Amino acid sequence: MIDVVLENVTKRFAGQVALDNLSLTIPGGSFVVLLGPTGSGKTTTLRMVSGLDKPDSGNIYFAGRSVTNLTPAERNVAMVFQQYSLYPHLTVRQNLEFPLKSPLLRTSKADIDRKVNSIAAMLQISHKLDNKATNPSGGEMQRVSIGRALVRNPQIYLMDEPLSSLDAKLRADLRIELKSIQANSGATLLYVTHDQIEAMTMATHIGVLHDGRLVQFGSPREIYEQPVSLYTATRLGQPRINVLAADTFPGSPPGAVNIGLRPEHITQGEGQEALVKRVEHLGDQTRLHLVFKKNDIVTVTEAHTRLRSGDIVKIQPDKPLYFDADGMRLG
Amino acid sequence: MSSYSVTEPSARQKWAAGTLVVIYALITILPLLWIIATSFKSPSDAIAYPPKTLFEPTLEGYVNLFTTRTRATEQDLKELGEPKTWYDRIVRKDGFIIAGPSRFLERFSNSMIIGFGSTVLCIVLGTAAAYAFSRFKVPLKDDLLFFILSTRMMPPIAVAIPIFLMFRSLGLNDTHAGMILLYTAVNLSLAVWLLKGFIDEIPIEYEEAALIDGYTRFQAFYKVVLPQAMTGIASTAIFCLIFAWNEYAFAVLLTSGTAQTAPPFIPTIIGVGGQDWPAVAAGATLFLVPVMIFTIVLRKHLLRGITFGAVRK
Repeated sequence: MIDVVLENVTKRFAGQVALDNLSLTIPGGSFVVLLGPTGSGKTTTLRMVSGLDKPDSGNIYFAGRSVTNLTPAERNVAMVFQQYSLYPHLTVRQNLEFPLKSPLLRTSKADIDRKVNSIAAMLQISHKLDNKATNPSGGEMQRVSIGRALVRNPQIYLMDEPLSSLDAKLRADLRIELKSIQANSGATLLYVTHDQIEAMTMATHIGVLHDGRLVQFGSPREIYEQPVSLYTATRLGQPRINVLAADTFPGSPPGAVNIGLRPEHITQGEGQEALVKRVEHLGDQTRLHLVFKKNDIVTVTEAHTRLRSGDIVKIQPDKPLYFDADGMRLG
Repeated sequence: MSSYSVTEPSARQKWAAGTLVVIYALITILPLLWIIATSFKSPSDAIAYPPKTLFEPTLEGYVNLFTTRTRATEQDLKELGEPKTWYDRIVRKDGFIIAGPSRFLERFSNSMIIGFGSTVLCIVLGTAAAYAFSRFKVPLKDDLLFFILSTRMMPPIAVAIPIFLMFRSLGLNDTHAGMILLYTAVNLSLAVWLLKGFIDEIPIEYEEAALIDGYTRFQAFYKVVLPQAMTGIASTAIFCLIFAWNEYAFAVLLTSGTAQTAPPFIPTIIGVGGQDWPAVAAGATLFLVPVMIFTIVLRKHLLRGITFGAVRK
């Protein structure tokens, strides 16, 4: 269990800045999730840690030792790629054995068999072990590629949206499985995802990236409840946070330009009147699409609400977040 | 029109396509069949007019191909007594005795050494160059690739005289090494271009995965890229072998004795004891065998090779 540190890492691709002086500490044994839109530098960060790409400037440390100039093999990292990761000329079993047979690990035959079989059982691909790697379905292929990382015991696991190609049920199962593996083994994970549930449930820390810079780093709760900026606030939350002009509701502090209201932070029954435009029954809850002073607002209410489209409901903010002209949070 | 499908051809289309393929196959295979048939004919059957399609097969052509013979008097034949082997019997029937082996076997093995030698060398160099062009930042890459291709923009024989002079001063005339080098040089541009296309098709992610899995760059190339490039390597190897195997002009020009290959040798058989077409046909038939075996062995790779780029796993 080692700390992995990126220090002032900058990387450009053909003049485009992918990482801009990024510093990030991944504590040993933590599960760090990187959030950010496409192009914000999430995958580049993974590739920096893996050693597949070298930074233009800055350093990367494993347990205090610089690994900036080491190859991926020398760093001993495992990585799950988003796609194209299984060797198509090998069987599923050979794919899982591949890292164990490397000159880096030189595992004994008995150990290889034991590890491969237990990982295959856990990922429910035992029956596919002797198939060609291109034969299983997409979800099975992705599980094999996760398995190829999990058979190892590396310094850090790097995962680039590993669950994105799986169906909902499998994604939920593997999410719990991955989290429990990480919690039990104390492995360190750096994980890229777009999925809020994955980020919130698996992460011990979330790092929010914006244009190659780390804009906030903290626990999932901290990121959700105490976002440093409007950008961070919009990373998490489903439905998304409502962003309104600060004077929409009374009581804004001086300097506030925008007010951010999470859907669950709007109380009904008192305050000002809003028009119900649409009611979405989701089963466990109901989403209300409201029109308030020409603004569209989404809020949630109880599952069996009697409200219907066209009704008037009184609303007022609860725990609002205020942001200044630069999008930074006030208070 | 309810069963119309854009992807699945109708039974009639399949039938028409099948017929076309069979007709085309017959047309291309007919000369081959004729050569093979001629190799089993007697010299008189071979030049009979109208041509004989039905004949009594004999191995005379093959015996003549592998031997040199001299005419013997009736007395000589009597003194020798009964022929001891089946090939003696065939030769003596026409009043000849076997004087010794011909040079065919020697020329044939020259063809094997030079053909396969240049193919192996070409594939080794071509794969390495193609990988470098595909994966590394090579300065002036496009210019270099164009230069490599430009060596094929004129017939190689156009530079025969400079090559002849060069070979003479380097002492490469009529040597196996010289011919291997020459055929490799001619084939290499094709090999680099073909193989680069195949290697470009292999996503770099596989190599990255292998690097992560604890392998070095070379091991990743060897264990991950090479097996996936087998299709391309196989089809390129077949092209290289066929060129080197069939090459005639340079072989005539640059070899005469030690390193002479089969193509310039086979026509010279014709002079030995009259118009010996069956022996020529036998030489041509045997000459086909190695390329055929090589192609059949690599067939399953070749089939995918022809459609390269079309199928992406």
